[in-house]
Amino acid sequence: MADTMQFDLVSPERKLMSVEATSVVVPGHEGEFTAMPGHAPFFSTLRPGFVLVTAEGKETEFFVTGGFAEVSETAITILAETSVPRGEVTREHMDDLLAVAEDGIQKAAEHHRPALAQRANDLRFARDQVAND
Amino acid sequence: MPSLKDLKNRIDSVKNTRKITKAMQMVAAAKLRRAQEAAEAARPYAERMDAVLGNLARSAAGSPTAPLLLRGTGRDDVHLLIVATAERGLCGGFNSSIVKLARIHAQKLLDAGKTVKILTIGKKGRDQLRRDWSKHFVGHVDMSEVKKLGYTNAHDVADDVLARFTAEEFDVATIFYSEFQSVMTQVPTALQLIPAKFDGAAADDTAPNYEYEPSEEEILADLLPRSVATQIFRALLENAASEQGARMSAMDNASRNASEMIDKLTIQYNRSRQAAITTELIEIIAGAEAL
Repeated sequence: MADTMQFDLVSPERKLMSVEATSVVVPGHEGEFTAMPGHAPFFSTLRPGFVLVTAEGKETEFFVTGGFAEVSETAITILAETSVPRGEVTREHMDDLLAVAEDGIQKAAEHHRPALAQRANDLRFARDQVAND
Repeated sequence: MPSLKDLKNRIDSVKNTRKITKAMQMVAAAKLRRAQEAAEAARPYAERMDAVLGNLARSAAGSPTAPLLLRGTGRDDVHLLIVATAERGLCGGFNSSIVKLARIHAQKLLDAGKTVKILTIGKKGRDQLRRDWSKHFVGHVDMSEVKKLGYTNAHDVADDVLARFTAEEFDVATIFYSEFQSVMTQVPTALQLIPAKFDGAAADDTAPNYEYEPSEEEILADLLPRSVATQIFRALLENAASEQGARMSAMDNASRNASEMIDKLTIQYNRSRQAAITTELIEIIAGAEAL
């Protein structure tokens, strides 16, 4: 079995990263998971959080706001709505996102609120992580 | 017969026009390259999205609990036409051909007794449709402030469209834009956004049996709105490339016409000059002979 897999991080505007990775940590909808070579075919939506890619002994981290991940035995593709390298995420940026999300909760219909509240929560958690850097 | 000075002035003015059209052609060529690159870069995302959705949609198709965006409202009485055009003119038939296609489509729907609503993106399309379709207008997206087309622009449009869909303002949404094929050819295209259509993507049997988290249906409900935004984004990118391509060839034609006109005027100018010299000579000779 190969010890690396093809990792692609794609945003609607361009391909952000394409490397042979040894492991990728993904903020999946039902919780964080780590995909390694030989992972069973798996498909998950993302929640706001950090994607951690380990390739050639180096770790790279991205902040994503949502999208989905497609994992197969030899490749993992993340289609992220927006993604920013961790180093470039600022507290202000996160605050803005959070404000928009919280605003959305107020406006949304009743049955959408739990999902949106969850999203706001995830954002808040991610913001605190950035703040602690 | 225009005087020599008039001719000279006209030649100069046409030369200036040619300078401008040449410059515009060059600018369009540079912008076209960038627009094409942007369209190219956006392709992987759109393709994956389509493939994934195609797979999911096939398994969900026919299910009565499938998301509304996929199976539609069950009616097709109210049609929303999204007409995407450029903010600027001077690009040949680019805007007109999109508007023409939308017009034919709208007329057909009206004749069939449906209700038509029109959402315009880009100033030129709105201006052209305003005269006879303004009572169908439901909105306009202004792109004149947008320097570089980004996903957020498409996302905003999609949000607007989806909000209208949720409010049951329409049953079917179609976007009109121009598909870029080459600098010479851009094909006006109509693409149905809602309910979502997946054609061409033949069943991919080689795809591994994915495990889905959350359930397939929830993923579908999450992805469909994104797919609307992606498709609008793709349409806008195609449009941007087409616009520059159309402008490039229009300006190329204009420059060539200007060159032809300069040649013609120069010949006319030289002839008149020669005629004037000849007349003058005849006068001098006639005067000398009279002595």
